[in-house]
Amino acid sequence: MRPFQYDRARTLTDAAQIMQGEDAMAIAGGTNLLDLMKLQVETPRELADINRVGLGEIADTDDGGLRIGALATNTATAVHPRVRADYPVLSRAILAGATQQLRNKATTGGNLCQRTRCFYFMNIDQPCNKREPGSGCGALDGIAKLHAVLGASGECIATYPGDMAVALSALDASVEINGSDGTERTVPVRDFHCLPGDTPWRDNVLEPGEIITAVTLPAPVGGTQLYRKVRERSSYAFALVSIAAIVEMEDGVFTRADLAFGGLAHKPWHDPRIAQALVGNAPSAELFDRAADILLEDAQGHGENDFKIPLARRTLHAVLEQASEDAA
Amino acid sequence: MSVHLKQDKPDTSNRLDDMKQGVIGAPLPRVEGMAKVTGTAPYAAEYLMENCAEGVLVTSTITRGEVTRIDKDSVLSMPGVIAVIDDERLITRPAQGTANEAPQQKPKSVSYWGQPIALVVAETFEDARDAAKHLKVEYREEAGAPLSPDAVEPEEQEGETVHQGDLAHAMAQAAHSVDVTFTTEGHSSAAMEPHAAIAQWDGERLTVHASLQMLNYNITELADAVGLDESKVRLISRFVGGGFGSKLGISEDVVSASLAAMQLCRPVRVVLSRQQVLQCIMRRSETTQRIRLAADENGRLTGFGHEALVSNLPGESFAEPVLQSSHFLYAGQNRELMLKLARIHRMTAGSVRAPGEAVGMPALEGAMDVLAHEIGIDPVELRLRNIPEDNPEEGLPFSSHKLAECLRQGAEAFGWDHGPRKPRHTREGEWWVGTGMASAARVHNVGEARARVTLKADGTALVETDMTDIGTGTYTILAQIAGEMLGLDPGKVLVDLGDTRHPRGSGSGGSWGAASVGSAVYVACTALREELARRAGIAEDELDLSNGRTQAGQTLSQLLDGQDMAREGHYEPGDIASDFTASGFGAFFAQVRVNRFTGETRVDRMLGAFGFGRVLNHKTARSQCIGGITWSIGAALTEALEFDPRDGHLVNCDLAEYHVPVNRDVPDLEVLMVEERDPAASPIQAKGIGELGMCGGAAAIGNAIFDASGARIFDYPMTPDRVLAAMPAD
Repeated sequence: MRPFQYDRARTLTDAAQIMQGEDAMAIAGGTNLLDLMKLQVETPRELADINRVGLGEIADTDDGGLRIGALATNTATAVHPRVRADYPVLSRAILAGATQQLRNKATTGGNLCQRTRCFYFMNIDQPCNKREPGSGCGALDGIAKLHAVLGASGECIATYPGDMAVALSALDASVEINGSDGTERTVPVRDFHCLPGDTPWRDNVLEPGEIITAVTLPAPVGGTQLYRKVRERSSYAFALVSIAAIVEMEDGVFTRADLAFGGLAHKPWHDPRIAQALVGNAPSAELFDRAADILLEDAQGHGENDFKIPLARRTLHAVLEQASEDAA
Repeated sequence: MSVHLKQDKPDTSNRLDDMKQGVIGAPLPRVEGMAKVTGTAPYAAEYLMENCAEGVLVTSTITRGEVTRIDKDSVLSMPGVIAVIDDERLITRPAQGTANEAPQQKPKSVSYWGQPIALVVAETFEDARDAAKHLKVEYREEAGAPLSPDAVEPEEQEGETVHQGDLAHAMAQAAHSVDVTFTTEGHSSAAMEPHAAIAQWDGERLTVHASLQMLNYNITELADAVGLDESKVRLISRFVGGGFGSKLGISEDVVSASLAAMQLCRPVRVVLSRQQVLQCIMRRSETTQRIRLAADENGRLTGFGHEALVSNLPGESFAEPVLQSSHFLYAGQNRELMLKLARIHRMTAGSVRAPGEAVGMPALEGAMDVLAHEIGIDPVELRLRNIPEDNPEEGLPFSSHKLAECLRQGAEAFGWDHGPRKPRHTREGEWWVGTGMASAARVHNVGEARARVTLKADGTALVETDMTDIGTGTYTILAQIAGEMLGLDPGKVLVDLGDTRHPRGSGSGGSWGAASVGSAVYVACTALREELARRAGIAEDELDLSNGRTQAGQTLSQLLDGQDMAREGHYEPGDIASDFTASGFGAFFAQVRVNRFTGETRVDRMLGAFGFGRVLNHKTARSQCIGGITWSIGAALTEALEFDPRDGHLVNCDLAEYHVPVNRDVPDLEVLMVEERDPAASPIQAKGIGELGMCGGAAAIGNAIFDASGARIFDYPMTPDRVLAAMPAD
């Protein structure tokens, strides 16, 4: 761990000021950042502790949606009565992630900002283009069981490890961001994370000095909401494949099918063509296969993770079968 | 006064059963439990020492070659840095269990990626860690180090080879035969407490607090490594947060802290990071195992073949003893057994809980399930038909043998559905549900041990030995043995362990601790009883002691007359080892569910029935079994070390990515103890318990996966990708 300067921010303005410093970063729950600092993967010179800037509130919005403050903990969000009643997919996704102890510390904003990562990223004595641009991708010809089959590049095949953001993507949530100059902007969560392309070090669209202030959920859409996470052990393991699904049916056909996928790509994966293919049609194995064909059209395995392609197809079948039964 | 007992003959006197205190076998809670859960039991790194410096190991970033230069100046000016230790005496690998000498030293010679090459010492841990990451090291790399067991011509381990009769002929003539190859991946001990040491040097004597399993060997290993006489070395391991084989021998933290303390003349603490524990301590070798079984029309084995390939670093003597129980578990007069060792440049392979059977039994018992299915008989029945009278290779009698009872009683308690398996018989929603079983076997070991028992004038007792308690309950069972023998409530027996100032115990490893050091305590107590009986004017075998009094009402204090009375018990395994085959036996039963879409497997319930001699404490014994079964679940479903194919480094080197079972993976586990008295196992008729619970359990799960889903898988762990690949289409 490189020695660093620690400053406690009282306000967002404070935080923005601290983050003007060279190699400065914000810290909230620290559940990912501290691990990475101990391994010398992240080496900030300055940390702005934003835990006291007052962004922990979860409140109704004027249009009937919900605004989750960036510092609301994952536990607080998962057990919030409105989240459980109106956005159960979010509650389920959060509870499928990490451990109780981590969720008690992890925050909404911090969870979104956790690094897309892999073994090689975590080991500073191994090559990784994300950690050290130009050093190569260790996973590409290495151990790649957990790695991406969608949207990867020759620079990086890591997968986004989070669960919460997959549900937020299905819910079409928005991320509120404060700039260091006080400007505010809003980014759909589906556009918040990046694909690796030739800038694998970039996990999301935050600019230097920007801080997430909240995540906003649109007015509830109801429907059957599922989060399905496939993994070797039943807790504290990243998804091999995960699916967040919000499904509604009327007269035997899908009227809504908002799906997002984890474990497949450098970011939570959302493909609007899947909903288009499903809506208006009655559930059937053929239809589910069509949806899977769309999802996996450009899927590419790297040997060890080839299984994710059929696994994603099968998991999609399982989720759509269950959701259509529950929704009918 | 020292009293010696070398066991050359079976002991059927079962003396502990004659005693009157009635605490042997009682399910007493661990005496140190409260201290542990309240954080007041100090582990190795938790001693407060004035002026203690902190050391962090620097590890190699090449696989094979030489360190040509360590640029100490690159870190000596960093904040807090005191020294860079690159002494030639630093060890580069942990010592193997019972090595009794220093392991490989000369850290400039690199033989695996992640090998310790130097120690950076600083005023604070953070300073040391930062400097360790910045130390500039130059190497001369030797390319082309073999990294995979397939890449080299393996060495036959001749002591393991058996050619008996004609297996090929038996296979050709057999009514039913099976010829299958299983693989298992590398495993890590993954103990909770990382390897850690604090060394103090007073200019003449070295004292080290460390986390070790076998101080009686470790003191010699450490003295040899640093070049001191053993009399100048003291090791202390009062509490050990799990070892599972990884702390059998001295590790790099112990020697580097010692050398740094000796050089700097101040205390030095070295705690390995979780990544270092996984990368530079011990792995269990991956294995490839071919099993051939030939059977007649009734399912009686006529031929038995088990050949295994394992790996280790050049220079290491340890070869995962995969065939250990295969030599005697089942009949079959035509036998071929062979163990081969491939020399490759992955980290050191060594003992991880139940070396040998932990991986050999899941393969063998998987093959037995294939055979039962082939013949069309109940898998339990197949085992029952093949229990040999005597050791089928050496002809030796078994010291005791409870396999049949464990199979029958276990099946009954589990509610086993007798008959041949018919895969895919039950589906609940998305889940295929099925059951499987496997035999358990683990050779019984004992080792020489000494313990001193002192009856205090106040009528309490003190037990002293350098034996360790690695979380198994040693403190508690030694108090029970002494309490039983001396007629004392165990609360009046103070047990003082883990200090080389005490008589040499056996150390904890190979499940031998309880039987070995327990016997030493028994021997000491018998000698004390003889003297007490003499003073009471009766024969020892007529002396009844309970609650601090003789049957005549005399108190121990009265007999002691104000004086302490001490005896040192010295137990030695005798010639009996060559007269009998001694093993623990048992049976596992598992019910699992397999997801028809995703191939995920979850264990619903598991039962283990075990016969392992006298049970000294039903609670701690049960805990050992539950721990073993939990390891079985990990070995069956999740645990696998993954090595980079290009440099051999361990990739998944933390507990987030090396997947041991979590609470949700471990359902209610049931343990059935089929108690017995093994007259040849030890003077207290106890056998090893700690490892048996994982010797075959993975096969019960794997066999249940087949029964549930129809997926017959030959590769452990049976992760969803492997299940999906083997699962028949709906």
